[in-house]
Amino acid sequence: MKAIAEKLKYWNPYVGGVLLGVLLFLSFLVTSHGLGASGGVNRVAVAVEDLVIPEHIDKTPYIASMAGGDRNPLDHWIVWEVAGILLGGFVSGMLRGRVKLQTYHGPQISAHSRWGYAFVGGMLMGYGARLARGCTSSQALSGGAVLSVGSWAFMFAVFAGGYGLAWFVRRLWQPEA
Amino acid sequence: MAPFDIAVNLGAGAYYFIYLPIGFAFGFILESSGFGDSRQLAAQFYFRELRVLKVMFTAIIVAMTLIFWSTALGLLDYDMIWVNPTYLWPGIAGGLIMGVGFILGGYCPGTSLVSVATLKIDGMFFLLGLVAGVVLFGETVSYIDAFWHSSDMGTFTLPELLHLETGVVVFLVVCLALVMFIGFEWLRGRLYGSSR
Repeated sequence: MKAIAEKLKYWNPYVGGVLLGVLLFLSFLVTSHGLGASGGVNRVAVAVEDLVIPEHIDKTPYIASMAGGDRNPLDHWIVWEVAGILLGGFVSGMLRGRVKLQTYHGPQISAHSRWGYAFVGGMLMGYGARLARGCTSSQALSGGAVLSVGSWAFMFAVFAGGYGLAWFVRRLWQPEA
Repeated sequence: MAPFDIAVNLGAGAYYFIYLPIGFAFGFILESSGFGDSRQLAAQFYFRELRVLKVMFTAIIVAMTLIFWSTALGLLDYDMIWVNPTYLWPGIAGGLIMGVGFILGGYCPGTSLVSVATLKIDGMFFLLGLVAGVVLFGETVSYIDAFWHSSDMGTFTLPELLHLETGVVVFLVVCLALVMFIGFEWLRGRLYGSSR
């Protein structure tokens, strides 16, 4: 039992933070920009749209900038970074025995309602990330490290939104009071 | 001098040899830090677990300090690296929406990827929603185009805003992070006891 618990243990967050900071620095050093995730998801989504409804793409300026005409939305570094994130997450999970089909949810709600909330939350995240021109990785983390004013305002807005609503939706995550 | 224009030197090979390994390390660190588990992430907003705050702000101050030092030593050209341009109000509005999405959905885009990679079903639903959200934005951005391009301040940094030397701002940000680590830890102790 103890061995399993030991295996499931996560890194000390400060250790994870230092490693992530060094990686972020190396990313700037080697590629001139920081880390990202949501942009890659966006491009994969646009690639699928391009397969299904190509004529629609050319008429929508925002999407056309990624996939209009001969442009291939997947021909971009962030798509490869996303592929790497998936691989790295999988290997880390495998090494610790955490790759397992399951649903993480709070003690007071069922797995099914958790799925619904996850979908709605994901949708808000996707919309918000495009509106803010970046997500937690590309805006808050990367822009924060290079002291961009907009990234810091964004970061505090994310925390404000989360903390502002947390008490009202505590049933989703907290144990019964 | 860095940054090295790897994409030009390597061409498309940069994708495989640079971005795939960077992404791999990113995903590995996120998963190992517990970010593939929505309960760990959401607990931040109840002060029960502080992993999000600790990992994120430690990473920011480490990367920031390394960038500052290597710039001061002439190893890195700060003017050549990508600094997110500031569109103040769309950024704040998007951030607030994402905060709401975070507490409802339990992940952010990057963390949902490692959750999917470890077969978490809630992560998969989140990722589906994420795709729906970005497609929705792409289809409707033309209606809010004026707002989306409003308050464009270009590249605008905290040292410029505060009229302080970069080194002073770097020091202040490190202090802010330390104050937050101590303050949040204290608050968690008050709320849940200091058993851990």
